[in-house]
Amino acid sequence: MNAREEILARIAAAVPESVAVDVRRTYRGASGEGRGGAKLVALFEDRLVDYRATFGRVEPDHVAPVIASALVEAGVRSVVVPAGFPAEWLPAGVAVADDPPLSSAELDAVDGVLTTCRIAVAETGTIVLDGGAGQGRRAVSLVPDYHLVVVRADQVVATVPDAIAELDPTRAMTWISGPSATSDIELQRVEGVHGPRRLEVLLVTAWKRGRQGTMGAGTSAAKGRI
Amino acid sequence: MTFLGMPTHAPSGVGQLRGDRSFPKAAREALADSQLRGNLGRATATIRAKRTAVVAEVPDWAELRAAGAAIKDAVLADLGYHLVQLEEQVVAHGGRVYWARDANEANRIVTDLVRATGQTDVVKVKSMATQEIGLNDALAAAGIAAWETDLAELIVQLADDLPSHILVPAIHRNRTEIRDIFLREMGRAGVPAPAGLTDEPRELAEAARLHLRAKFLSAQVAISGANFAVAETGTLAVVESEGNGRMCLTLPKTLITVMGIEKVVPTWRDLEVFLQLLPRSSTGERMNPYTSMWTGVHPGDGPQKFHLVLLDNGRTATLADPHGRAALRCIRCSACLNVCPVYERTGGHAYGSVYPGPIGAVLSPQLTGVMENPSLPFASSLCGACYDVCPVAIDIPTMLVHLRTEVVAASGPNPERIAMVGAAWLMRRPRLYAAALRLGRAGRLLARNGVIRRLPPPMSAWTRARDLPAPPAETFRDWWVRTHGST
Repeated sequence: MNAREEILARIAAAVPESVAVDVRRTYRGASGEGRGGAKLVALFEDRLVDYRATFGRVEPDHVAPVIASALVEAGVRSVVVPAGFPAEWLPAGVAVADDPPLSSAELDAVDGVLTTCRIAVAETGTIVLDGGAGQGRRAVSLVPDYHLVVVRADQVVATVPDAIAELDPTRAMTWISGPSATSDIELQRVEGVHGPRRLEVLLVTAWKRGRQGTMGAGTSAAKGRI
Repeated sequence: MTFLGMPTHAPSGVGQLRGDRSFPKAAREALADSQLRGNLGRATATIRAKRTAVVAEVPDWAELRAAGAAIKDAVLADLGYHLVQLEEQVVAHGGRVYWARDANEANRIVTDLVRATGQTDVVKVKSMATQEIGLNDALAAAGIAAWETDLAELIVQLADDLPSHILVPAIHRNRTEIRDIFLREMGRAGVPAPAGLTDEPRELAEAARLHLRAKFLSAQVAISGANFAVAETGTLAVVESEGNGRMCLTLPKTLITVMGIEKVVPTWRDLEVFLQLLPRSSTGERMNPYTSMWTGVHPGDGPQKFHLVLLDNGRTATLADPHGRAALRCIRCSACLNVCPVYERTGGHAYGSVYPGPIGAVLSPQLTGVMENPSLPFASSLCGACYDVCPVAIDIPTMLVHLRTEVVAASGPNPERIAMVGAAWLMRRPRLYAAALRLGRAGRLLARNGVIRRLPPPMSAWTRARDLPAPPAETFRDWWVRTHGST
């Protein structure tokens, strides 16, 4: 009997009669509620700031210049930009393409990486990358020490179940909740170990300048407990 | 030929599931170490407060916990089916699957896989399963160096120490000890620690980054564990904080993942439960910084060779006990360690297993067979704090009592059992019983200040670790007769 057959036989002997177990999903499931709304965006910001990520908002027609100034401020002179990153968001003169794919050493020599994301979870301050357009292969968003992610407001959902319902499990995925961190020394959180030590999130709002005030109110209202 | 009716436990002589001493003996040494007690007290208090705060803000925590327990029970009720489905899916997506009956077989499989690559260095993501089977020792014996990349595992490896906590294996070390280990040992394993390193956690983390960077960028083979494996899709998930996991799971050409067979979950949707339960219970965060998920091989992205090793090593034996199998629900969050009054005082080493604390006290003896870890089910005050915080509702106290009865039943007669049989005989004879109680008052002669510190042999065993209050001057029965007139 080979190992596979023997382990399966041991399992069958251990539980001779399998009893159907009723899994009751009475917890908050996927609802899509509030998606992209001011409340969720404010909650998302609150979580990211708590993780010590940098958070900024930008209107759709100002993305490129805001990215350009963020990079200057961060001292980042070159960024890898994966295929499919919207051309209108790209500032001039900083992009390094991952085509042909850069080696680990080449990625390590680039100052930063600029990506979009697949979806974002407000309640947990999570950004999910699944290798789709503008997100690149996993190494690209890992090796450079600075990661700027552009998130559209309508990509922000409330809960983990909301995200799971929308994601395709067969894609390679990275869930990112703040910059790399460790709690291994006396259980005190320290940001910045092996992953990008600086995470900057730029949220592209769906609102025009005149409505910024509404968003400010949303921020304070969402500071309470979820 | 193995007789299939007999549960097969984890073999001895390999891996780390048994201590060389009983828990009370090992604990005595730990209790005398005031530095260790201070380190543990501070660390567990910090993590308890964080966990309490982030669990309290989830309005449906009880529902998530119940669902988590039910999903794991559903897996265990039909484990063979889910494993075969997982295998099909991983293979369909370009991975290879191996089955290992025990630690020795798993170590052999992994060693052969690494040898086939021609490499003599591998990077490792923190993994309880590979600690359990002693994989690093097996690889070293084959001339393969396995580099731990989790910060706490790195500290443990550099100090040639043993892990003492599921989540934070170096919880028993404080920052100054860690700095000293880095300064002394890093140079021997690669990039040395910067001169003038202080004990500031930020600087220590930076030293680890510098030390491991070259290893990550040149690694050809990585070995990981898995937090979850989704049967219906073949998706594996590793939950981490530092990015060392992402490095290992992404940069090398070959990835070997070793996972216990109980880590499988039926559906993709089930992760919506566990990705809420685990981080909050574990590090006390709303979400851990990084979670990596992959399904077989992704062309042009990450390792192009993926091997999954499914490990039994006593898990089917644990599954065979209807009163003990719920221990296999465990998602290794370590919340039970952090709230346990026994763990907080003794630390993890006293348990002798990579699984310490309350969950270790029920899991280790079941994986090895109770008589190979007979003292662990007694390493608890049965206060129940572990059950309260367990995100998959494992009733650890009841399981401890169950395992205690198994140890007692397998141990044969001892003075305590003989005394209990005698007491039962006496209690059935009221007049003799009353006389015996009055006789017990003679114990007052041994007492000083109302306390008996040492009983004469053979009862001395009872007072070796505790004081006995002096018997009262009047028995309860005599008091009742005196104040109420009759029995």
